[in-house]
Amino acid sequence: MEIAVNKGAEKVNVTVTVRYFAILKDQRGAASEQLSTEAASLAELYDSLATTHGFSLKQDQLRVAVNDSFVDWQEELSEGAHIVFIPPVAGG
Amino acid sequence: MFKFAAEKIEIEPLKKSLEDDRAGAVVCFEGIVRNHNEGKAVVALEYEAYETLGTTEAEKILAEARTNFGILNAVCVHRVGELKVGDMAVFVAVTSAHRHEAYQASRYIIDEIKTRLPIWKKETYASGSSSWVNCQHLNDSAACQSEASHGRK
Repeated sequence: MEIAVNKGAEKVNVTVTVRYFAILKDQRGAASEQLSTEAASLAELYDSLATTHGFSLKQDQLRVAVNDSFVDWQEELSEGAHIVFIPPVAGG
Repeated sequence: MFKFAAEKIEIEPLKKSLEDDRAGAVVCFEGIVRNHNEGKAVVALEYEAYETLGTTEAEKILAEARTNFGILNAVCVHRVGELKVGDMAVFVAVTSAHRHEAYQASRYIIDEIKTRLPIWKKETYASGSSSWVNCQHLNDSAACQSEASHGRK
């Protein structure tokens, strides 16, 4: 008898590098870190890191970039991705 | 041409790079570190940038300015690192056949740079405290949200 396996519900860990700038760097106490995560999206990863490290910024105040391009928060994580969470900017 | 600079911005070579016999106008904008912000005395500040993405995005802004306003050329340099009051933080120069489009493009470039480039500014105040502009207030880190939503420039 076959056992039904719901592949979609399986959690798969990926290893990513997160780089921090400005207030996030201060609050994390590091400029970057490599981590293994089972977060399903960039939004989920930020929420989890914000809880762990006590980031004061809400996700909707930030933008996010992967491999040096702006991307959507709902994007899935890919192995080896370089992720940057972008706090409200203040250039000029 | 856009670049980040860790040292003082030298404007003469930048203007030289724009020389063009078709240009009847050169409009230059210099953004300078001022000694106050939102009622607080500022003594120093630090700019931090995500330079790879920032450079790509800035080149897009300059290309948009060329397309939208029909200018001849544009350059921009933005400082990173520690700056003092009176230091130049950003320089924009635009050339065009006539002044009208050069003024418009210059305004467009600096406005877009302020809202789109991943650059952050940490101000140090006369009181000795410091804060990341648009991200926190001295006594109320939650204030960032309302400030950011007002699109402060």
